[in-house]
Amino acid sequence: MSALAIRIEGVGKEFPLSRVRDQYPTLRAALASGAQRLVGGGRRARAEGRFWALRDVSVDVHAGEVVAIIGNNGAGKSTLLKILSRITPPTTGRIEARGRLGSLLEVGTGFHAELTGRENVYLNGAILGMRKTEIDRKFDEIVAFSEVERFLDMPVKHYSSGMQVRLAFAVAAHLEPEILVVDEVLAVGDAAFQKKCLGKMQTVSREGRTVLFVSHNLGAVRALCDRGIVLQHGVVTVDAPVAKAVAAYLATLEDASAYDVAERTDRHGKGDVRLTRIEVTSDDDVPGTLTTGRPARFRFHVSDVLPGMSCAFDVFDPLGQQITYFNSSLSEIAGSAPGHAFVCDIDELLLVPGRYRIDAALSCNGELQDKLEGAVFVDVDHGLVRGWPVPTFTQYGSVVLPHRWTTPA
Amino acid sequence: MIGSREMKLPKLTAQTEAALPVTVIRPASGWVTLGVREIWEFRELLFFFVWRDLKVRYRQTLLGASWAVIQPLSTMVIFSVFFGRLARVPSDGVPYPVFSFAGLVPWTFFATALTQASTSLVLHQNLVKKVYFPRLVIPIAVVLVGIVDFAIAFVVLIGMMAFYGLRPTWHVVWAPLLLVLAIITALGAGIWFAALNVRYRDVQYLAPFLAQMWFFMTPVAYPSSLLGEPWRTVYGLNPMVGVVEGFRWALLGTTTAPGPTVAMSVAAALALLVGAVYFFRRVESTFADTV
Repeated sequence: MSALAIRIEGVGKEFPLSRVRDQYPTLRAALASGAQRLVGGGRRARAEGRFWALRDVSVDVHAGEVVAIIGNNGAGKSTLLKILSRITPPTTGRIEARGRLGSLLEVGTGFHAELTGRENVYLNGAILGMRKTEIDRKFDEIVAFSEVERFLDMPVKHYSSGMQVRLAFAVAAHLEPEILVVDEVLAVGDAAFQKKCLGKMQTVSREGRTVLFVSHNLGAVRALCDRGIVLQHGVVTVDAPVAKAVAAYLATLEDASAYDVAERTDRHGKGDVRLTRIEVTSDDDVPGTLTTGRPARFRFHVSDVLPGMSCAFDVFDPLGQQITYFNSSLSEIAGSAPGHAFVCDIDELLLVPGRYRIDAALSCNGELQDKLEGAVFVDVDHGLVRGWPVPTFTQYGSVVLPHRWTTPA
Repeated sequence: MIGSREMKLPKLTAQTEAALPVTVIRPASGWVTLGVREIWEFRELLFFFVWRDLKVRYRQTLLGASWAVIQPLSTMVIFSVFFGRLARVPSDGVPYPVFSFAGLVPWTFFATALTQASTSLVLHQNLVKKVYFPRLVIPIAVVLVGIVDFAIAFVVLIGMMAFYGLRPTWHVVWAPLLLVLAIITALGAGIWFAALNVRYRDVQYLAPFLAQMWFFMTPVAYPSSLLGEPWRTVYGLNPMVGVVEGFRWALLGTTTAPGPTVAMSVAAALALLVGAVYFFRRVESTFADTV
């Protein structure tokens, strides 16, 4: 067993609720309350509500381990990464990290639109903690990786967002600390570039460096990490080899969906309108079960009828990778008067048999009102597509495209 | 290439581990150091911030440079008309326009640094929330950027002196030290306001107002020699008094040497800066949560 790279002992983080509600304290208010206290006999204003984003987290990470941190939105993953990156201090506990610690919570932090690509490489590198000599040495490699050589002396405001991301990731990928903390950054760029980034991450982990990785991309997590830590409501619930941890995480999502949708408390959004019930039916009306190649109907019941309301849902395969996305505001009903439910009909369900997860969300004029991860789980049974049977879900994919084979002479 | 890469990054062994730096992350405590050593470690980042602001500012427009001159110059014209001509404010034996301009050059540097530093952390909140570095680097960079504007205005001042036939005396050797005093004062005030503005978001509205009050309490439009001793020395508690009067004496050779006033200002400026850094460091750890 190699030496410890990171020891996290009993780390907790508490926030005042006012921060959660996004209010700024003002000097005027502070002076006013101070004056009030003077006049009112020194009694403190009522104690502010507080909330623990992390509680008693203890984890040991050995040098060379690649550890994934998995959890719902709001489970405390980002808070943990921010504490590890020294952006915010913990409220309790202690962390000891052995080795240079680099963190990557965002791609392109500090990029300046008016500066050229070349200048931004230096600026961004310095912000991420590289020395100038180090950037000089790696400059050509960074540029080659980014594939934007030709535009290097052009201000990045003229870059496409894809090019900006490439350049930014290229800089970040050439950070060489002993411990690397990475958040969700792979969720950017086109597929080919994502693959390249994953490849780079894999090289990094093979070089024996310690990596802490937070991602919603469970496929990437499984491919890159040895070990998975599941956070739920700020507490570590699972710490196991990655496959086991991902399975446990998916199971927690499934457990949550077993409750009535209306009673779930793990939701996000403003909450003026909420999802109250979700029905998934096939044409044979067995709830919760669909059949490959047959029609499918998703019915989302809502608590209220508000103008500008829209409904969207994501479908994830059994490994947690997103397959597709449906959004009523991008459909023919956009702009028409809403009712007490949204119904989405699929004429021919082109998913292979397996168990799929649905995340559902309601928005009003672009503002998120209600979002449930793992809102429902749907079993897709064996069926025929255009008269032909399709195989069960495997790692080779989950979508069937109607097609024909021929063998011309 | 690939081969050399492997060589560059040896697997961690027992020996290299012993040499690795250890970072300890703990809850914020009341005790802080001034953190000067860490600023020194991050001096390259400081340099890059200054370099970025200068590039962006002077790349697009030559106006970037001309603003540095237009502002104090137009103020000087107005002062010369109203204070110099109409109110007949004394000017320590030198022509009023050059007298007031010599005060406006360091003053403009200070006022710009103060107002820009006060909003600097909030403007850089995306960085503060995503990357670790000593936050002091941000207001320090803002103040240092102002030195370029100062230098440009300074050249104009030299031109004005030539126009009025004023030749600097040997006192001019003190000018660089007085610039350092101006920087210390600007850093002190700027860092206070940068930190306060994260705490209380309305401070940014207060900063320009305070700068204006401070202006009237500083002998830019009038000479401090209007005061008799010991009040003139006490006046130096406002460190900008020492800066402005010091500059005039060093460059224009005004006859009223402000020695004790400048000494008082040096002490006041150092106290202001140390207090500012200490306060900043105490609240620094909460910036990412509150910004």
